Amino acid sequence: MTERGLRLLLLASVFTIATCGLIYELIAGTIASYLLGDSVLQFSTVIGVYLFAMGIGSWLSRYVEKNLLGVFIQVEFLIALFGGSAAAVLFGLFAHVSSFRVLLYAIVLLIGTLVGLEIPLLLRILKDRLQFKDLISKVFTFDYIGALLASLLFPLVLVPHFGLARSGFLFGILNGGVGLVALWALWDQVPRARLLRINGVAVLALLACGFVFSERIVSWSEAAAFGEDVIFSKSTPYQRITLTRHADDLRLYLNGNLQFSARDEYRYHEALVHPGLARLPHARRVLVLGGGDGLAVREILRYPHLESVTLVDLDPAMTRLFSTQEVLTRLNHSAFASSKVHVVNADAFTWLKDNREMFDFIVADFPDPSNFSIGKLYTTAFYQRARTALAQEGAMVIQCTSPFVAPKSFWCIDETLRACGLVTEPYHAYVPSFGEWGFILASPRALGGPWRLPPGLRFLEEKNVASLREFPPDMARVPTEVNRLNNQALVRYFEAEWARYTHQ
Amino acid sequence: MKSTRREFLATAGAGAAAMLTGCKKPRPRFSGSILGPALAAGHRMRDGSFPPPTETIEAGVAIVGGGIAGLAAAHQLDKKGARDFLLLELERDPGGNAACGRNAVSAYPWGAHYVPLPNDEATEVLALFEELGITRGRDANGAPIYHEEYLCADPMERLFDAGRWQEGLLPQLGIGPDDRRQYERFFAEMETFRQTLGADGRHAFAIPLDESSRDEALLALDQATMAAWMTKRGFTSKPLRWHVDYCCRDDYGAGMENISAWAGVHYFAARRGRAANADHDAVVTWPEGNGWLARRLAEPLGQRVRGGCVVFNLEQNNSGVAVDFFDLARQRSVRLRARGVVCAAPRFVAQRIVRGLAPVTGLEYSPWMVANVTLALLPAGRGAPLAWDNVVRGSASLGYVVATHQNLHPVPHETVLTHYWPLDASAPPEERQRALTRTHADWCDLIVADLARVHPGIDAHIRNLDVWLWGHGMVRPVPGFIWGETRQRMQPPHGAIVFAHSDMSGISIFEEAFTRGTRAADSLLALIS
Repeated sequence: MTERGLRLLLLASVFTIATCGLIYELIAGTIASYLLGDSVLQFSTVIGVYLFAMGIGSWLSRYVEKNLLGVFIQVEFLIALFGGSAAAVLFGLFAHVSSFRVLLYAIVLLIGTLVGLEIPLLLRILKDRLQFKDLISKVFTFDYIGALLASLLFPLVLVPHFGLARSGFLFGILNGGVGLVALWALWDQVPRARLLRINGVAVLALLACGFVFSERIVSWSEAAAFGEDVIFSKSTPYQRITLTRHADDLRLYLNGNLQFSARDEYRYHEALVHPGLARLPHARRVLVLGGGDGLAVREILRYPHLESVTLVDLDPAMTRLFSTQEVLTRLNHSAFASSKVHVVNADAFTWLKDNREMFDFIVADFPDPSNFSIGKLYTTAFYQRARTALAQEGAMVIQCTSPFVAPKSFWCIDETLRACGLVTEPYHAYVPSFGEWGFILASPRALGGPWRLPPGLRFLEEKNVASLREFPPDMARVPTEVNRLNNQALVRYFEAEWARYTHQ
Repeated sequence: MKSTRREFLATAGAGAAAMLTGCKKPRPRFSGSILGPALAAGHRMRDGSFPPPTETIEAGVAIVGGGIAGLAAAHQLDKKGARDFLLLELERDPGGNAACGRNAVSAYPWGAHYVPLPNDEATEVLALFEELGITRGRDANGAPIYHEEYLCADPMERLFDAGRWQEGLLPQLGIGPDDRRQYERFFAEMETFRQTLGADGRHAFAIPLDESSRDEALLALDQATMAAWMTKRGFTSKPLRWHVDYCCRDDYGAGMENISAWAGVHYFAARRGRAANADHDAVVTWPEGNGWLARRLAEPLGQRVRGGCVVFNLEQNNSGVAVDFFDLARQRSVRLRARGVVCAAPRFVAQRIVRGLAPVTGLEYSPWMVANVTLALLPAGRGAPLAWDNVVRGSASLGYVVATHQNLHPVPHETVLTHYWPLDASAPPEERQRALTRTHADWCDLIVADLARVHPGIDAHIRNLDVWLWGHGMVRPVPGFIWGETRQRMQPPHGAIVFAHSDMSGISIFEEAFTRGTRAADSLLALIS
């Protein structure tokens, strides 16, 4: 290769590595703000640490005295490996490490240091091939052009089309490619070229596998389906848990069904808990069935006179996630860390059978009755069991899907509760991400009493609670069957009503 | 049956995979074995090769056989205060056709696995249900209120036909208008039978069966086969005939070509059970099937039930009845002196062991194979979701029942399928012989092939496969049996030996066995007091 060709090649690699370097930085910043929330802080600290690490790399470059080319190529391969896989690694380990921050900044430091080595090494490689003023001018020109390209590509092309993990792998491959091309062009000048080539090919193969299989690491198709960025996704033996992030919104999906949106979940959870609990001043013991996100518990803990809250949720992965991940504990105010709260991972039906304790307030916050397994948790058999755990002066509240979309389903739950001899009080609230949502309070005796709402609520206030109980004609009571284990009438209503709604 | 494109692709894929791996797929082998009933001991009884008794014990009443009839007799004696009895059972555990098993995944049945809502006339069974908490009182209309967890949970049945699962057991996919008209007419006729009262004012078809009308016009149905009756009534629809044949095989272990029209119609027209909280076609069931009932009946009896006892001689004498049995555990023969006996063994056994009892001829028993398949996966499939009873149209088996269906835990990761297969391809003696020559691996091949028709690749998820052979699974209501002379001759007691078994009814169902056992205990008490 001619000297001119070689110079061009090296400058082209400046351009590529500059693009790659910025992409890694943007990926790290985005992941930090997705997973830890507070995007201004996260972006700022990630960029700061990254630039600082680049400084460390630049400083370290002075210790490279021999074999500049070999070291440069090796650094390219290392950056390709760490930078390319960073997004997938961070997503993959999010739920498994106790301190995600430490992992995140360790990776940012490592990549930053390696990227910091690149330009000084290249400058020294090129110093005898160019005049100093040309060298500085060209290298930095390409560096900044690369940065511009990266900052445009990242939000406009990469994130929407590839997602974070795949973008990482793609640019890792480009980065590794720079190393391989340089190796090929300067084969004679690099000691132990064969060994380097093996390294490079291995890294590229790994990244290519990552690119192809990253759907499994962070489901790309899932991201497309949700229209949001999937920041966590895990199949447990019980369900598929998915957390997504879109701008400042955080959403939880179970088996693809929205459970909450951080923007308006307070409406749902205030409406779930307070209409019952605010009228039970004598309540001391509360039971939550389902609700592994701890958001109902957060509302319950607003009543200082309560002595204990028992939460029974089937899936240990859910309660673990919501008691350890900072972005989630911030949402549920670390509800599971309260000394009053006892978490039991068991099936609610089976647990109730063996339970001998009595509760003043029971919250049944199960997923919608979309299949026969969940439908069992809305039957007379279930409510009869729950009733045996309910104090005579207590009450139970059930989340009951949408009375607007699925009026038969909603009123079927009411009919079922009444068939168990309970007095019911149906009500509804508007939760923007869900639509019009229904709840039913059920108690052995009619609930009277004044409302003593705790301070700090954002949705409920004494003067608007009466309106929750008014059902306009399009949600009015309709006659239905009683839901029993042996007819699962509710699941059939639910299926028909939601199918009609979503197919419109 | 025409194979669907999907099945073809699955087979082609498997073939390609086998070619790729370059070797023949090894024959699937699973842990498990061929279990009971205690064939060797039973056959030894037939040959009469037991040593004479060397020990004598006494009891007020001896009950021979611990199936539902024997347990019902014991239950009734206990209730009447006649607590001095001893029940002798060939198997280790009582239960008979209601036998059950259990492993780490679930309990499961080895035979009978449900009871439909009992008719009002089945007073004994209704009283038992109330006693065991299966019902809890009655509503204003007098309909029993059933314990919801014992009612078979929805979805109850699904049928694989035309490449997909559909709800219910009556073929609905791809049927023509004529089929539909015949369906309507058939079920209308059955409904008429259900409501018909004979000239004697009794229900045309009742349970217990002996409560049925003796109206000659109705009894005439017993002379023809169900298949002939269907043809005569113009029921030619293939899906309808498949359904009726399936139902006959399910309840009698033999298709409509072999059983009487009276028995066939009885299946559809005898059920008038009521529930305050379920449809009239509901059933009660448990993971272990009727083994739950057998256990609840046997538990309070304690030491008065002795398993592993082969009764080989029943003799009348002046003071009562001598019951000679061989104790398998101690390997010795014992004589039990009793004032009276409830012989709750099937008739083909009873007439071998009761001295001086004139044998009846023409009794036919259907052989069955029942397998319990432990799976590390819930079987799914296109169409209707997994149900309690899952049937495949065109299969020689009756399909499978999911033992964990009544489980309230929402996501069982494993399950046990009870696979039922009446061996009715040829005459019972031939089938019995063939069944005995098959090895465990042979049965595995047959069962897996049957399951794989609807669940390709299921063998990869099988953890264990046990097989139970019932040589004489149940009495077969062949034409002329139920209302003929043979059955009549089986009824009267032989001295102080009273008989109780569902074969005396001609249909093998819980209600018949339980009612017969209960009534036999009553009549024996009257006889010996």
